Amino acid sequence: MNLTLKVWRQSGPTDPGHFETYEATDVKDEMSFLEMLDLVNENLIADGHEPITFDSDCREGICGTCGLMINGQAHGPQKGTTTCQLHMRKFHDGETVTIEPWRAAAFPVLKDLMVDRSAFDAIIQSGGFITADTGGPRDANEILIPKIAVDSAMDAAACIGCGACVAACPNGAAQLFTSAKLAHLNLLPQGQAERWKRTEDMVETMEMFFGSCTNYGECQEACPKEIPIDFIAMMNRDFLKSKLKNRKLQGQR
Amino acid sequence: MSTITLDSKVPSGPIEDRWTSHQFNMKLVNPANKRKFTVLVVGTGLAGAAAAATLAQLGYQVKCFTFHDSPRRAHSIAAQGGINGAKNYKNDGDSVHRLFYDTVKGGDFRSRESNVHRLAEVSVNIIDQCVAQGVPFAREYGGLLDNRSFGGAQVSRTFYARGQTGQQLLLGAYQALMQQVSLGNVELHTKTELLDVVTKDGVAAGIVTRNLVTGDIRSWAGHATLLCTGGYGNAFYLSTNAMNSNVTASWRAHKKGALFANPCYTQIHPTCIPASDEFQSKLTLMSESLRNDGRIWVPKQFDDNRAPENIPEEDRDYFLERKYPSFGNLAPRDIASRNAKQVVDEGRGVGPIKNGVYLDFAESIGRLGENVVFERYGNLFDMYERITDEDPMKMPMRIYPASHYTMGGLWVDYNLMTNIPGLYALGEANFSDHGANRLGASALMQGLADGYFVAPNTIGDYLSGLLGKTPVGTDDPAFSTSVAAVQDDMRRWIAVGGTKSPEYYHRELGKIVWDYCGMTRDKNGLEKALSEIPALREEFEKNVRVLGSPEGINQSLEKVGRVADFFELGELMCRDALMREESCGGHFRVEHQTEEGEAKRDDANFSFVGAWKWEGTGTTSTLHKEPLVFESVKPVERSYK
Repeated sequence: MNLTLKVWRQSGPTDPGHFETYEATDVKDEMSFLEMLDLVNENLIADGHEPITFDSDCREGICGTCGLMINGQAHGPQKGTTTCQLHMRKFHDGETVTIEPWRAAAFPVLKDLMVDRSAFDAIIQSGGFITADTGGPRDANEILIPKIAVDSAMDAAACIGCGACVAACPNGAAQLFTSAKLAHLNLLPQGQAERWKRTEDMVETMEMFFGSCTNYGECQEACPKEIPIDFIAMMNRDFLKSKLKNRKLQGQR
Repeated sequence: MSTITLDSKVPSGPIEDRWTSHQFNMKLVNPANKRKFTVLVVGTGLAGAAAAATLAQLGYQVKCFTFHDSPRRAHSIAAQGGINGAKNYKNDGDSVHRLFYDTVKGGDFRSRESNVHRLAEVSVNIIDQCVAQGVPFAREYGGLLDNRSFGGAQVSRTFYARGQTGQQLLLGAYQALMQQVSLGNVELHTKTELLDVVTKDGVAAGIVTRNLVTGDIRSWAGHATLLCTGGYGNAFYLSTNAMNSNVTASWRAHKKGALFANPCYTQIHPTCIPASDEFQSKLTLMSESLRNDGRIWVPKQFDDNRAPENIPEEDRDYFLERKYPSFGNLAPRDIASRNAKQVVDEGRGVGPIKNGVYLDFAESIGRLGENVVFERYGNLFDMYERITDEDPMKMPMRIYPASHYTMGGLWVDYNLMTNIPGLYALGEANFSDHGANRLGASALMQGLADGYFVAPNTIGDYLSGLLGKTPVGTDDPAFSTSVAAVQDDMRRWIAVGGTKSPEYYHRELGKIVWDYCGMTRDKNGLEKALSEIPALREEFEKNVRVLGSPEGINQSLEKVGRVADFFELGELMCRDALMREESCGGHFRVEHQTEEGEAKRDDANFSFVGAWKWEGTGTTSTLHKEPLVFESVKPVERSYK
């Protein structure tokens, strides 16, 4: 098939950026979306033009490195699928495809389709962990965790940190990402000691970078791991509780 | 010839006590002195993130580098199946000794016994550590941990988190690392790629990096440097490795004097999705756990074009079950891979371009029901369907082997130190634990063993000797020479102004390495590769096209240096494969096989680690041998019949 691509080109963070139109010819159904872009880049290089910069690594949908707005949808039209796992059979001959980077104030464009997502690391750094220094933990089976609890934690822990939730959100909010990490750790017995401090710290760090949640629910639709917004409800509840609990815990010191 | 003695520094005494007594005998650095030492950790996969976090917890000053935009994206994240731990929770006869034995045997008696025993010992600590961090391993209804049998093991010792075990373990290590970053104990540098290892008087002094966003070249000095930079499977171009996985850190260390051991030991994973066309950028692995419930078969007849459901039982050849009745579909990776290649080469392959074998779940679905099978493998089935547009619940999967893991790597002693004092290699980047073949669910185990439990202990023994000594500063000529060389290199690549992209040459190189140094090797092919690779490299150096400038983001420039390193490594892989006149594990020389077509080792002549020393561009590397001694496990023919 042949496609017309409208691709966002931006030489650096300060460049205003613009769309360029490219023809992608002889695209095969079996190609992934990124392999299609590889092909376009090979042709650009052959013609002496700088290739399009975009991020990708594992190309198996797990590392969370890739992510493009394809026709205005984060990761494109297929539900529960990262850009690298999207295949060209989802497109048809003659189609015009618009390709943009993630659009969010917290994710500044570095070049072309590549953005800076370090704000996510800042959220994790503020409390997205269970303190357990290496060495000396008790036997793994001494902590009994009901299957249903660990399954739920795993649903949340499946987040790949790609940023599609933020890109899809009209407010550029990171509630789904933050709540997924909180749910992973807060649902487990190991995570209880730091639960309230973690919640307060992570939510407040999130708010330093990202917009507010107004329950559009676009994040859940865009999430390639189909993480549900139920976790946001849990986060909001825990955040409210943390305001009280953290004060009480302080009183115990 | 240089005079390098490969001292493995393996402790003496009964194998069960070696690690314990070694820990006691090593010198310590007292807590107040630890903060006086700077340790550079390169790479943030399981080994790197675990090491950086643990060293920081101990009190060392850690500087940590990754070329990813976040440490969480390292390729450890893509491991699906699980992690071994000799817990014997299933009461099925497992033990540290059995895991040790299985690993030595699985490695076809080409690994260092003492290292493997230590690995098996700490495997139990790893599981405890990961659970404490909140890794959501699968549980049974009573809340206890679940285990499964995996990749050729006859006991259930594999812990798993759905099909995303690597992801969950990496997130655990990443979160521990980020906590140390927040405490100010680790200085984290993302989007920063190592381009040179700096030595002064033969001792590791630090590294030179390029900031992939600004293009800034910078020197970093440290008392010790840990390379945790993964394997070199992308030498084959098509592999299950991530697009950016590369050998550059290990290779640049090699060119500074670190020996590279057993480069020809590469693992081909039997269960990957077959390539569909010329444009394929990488191959996708389907977890080996699928072999627990899937049956592998091809049609008995050649060129059987019937749809799989129309091929009756009597016309199917379940070739692994037929040839290896006791292990069947769970035969070790190298054996399963070679047998798949054999039937495809015979013309019995399946799929549109006849390049795969079936992995069929019909029997399991009949026995267990659709729900159970889907619960076990649903996410893998979804992934398969996204790529191939076929539903494995309705028709058999098609699979074919692909390069997946590399057992070879930088030579290290028992302390995980290379032959350059102060330079360590951890995880897949070193060579030490898997011999000629790695068992399933053992890569995650080794990465975390090295990162959490081994290197943080052994490094003190080295650093204690440096107390009171000022490290070489970044203003030393050793650093400025290296920076100048790195900058020259980049300008040189851009100045070539040829016609073909670095990607093109990588693909062409990969074809040669795969054809002649892939699943099977022979003398003629390897000699051919050794003439074709330098010829292609010469063309590459004259005709590659890198646009843009060394400043700012330039993905072609990042790529070209990595491809150049793969050229040199690819040649060394072939040279090593040619030298090793035997078959062992993943290294299968067609000249050396038993009458049944199995790998035939030559213990009398090849029971050694082949460690190569770089002698300069255009000069043949020299071989140094570390003899392998087996005191606890007697080498036997590796039979899985």
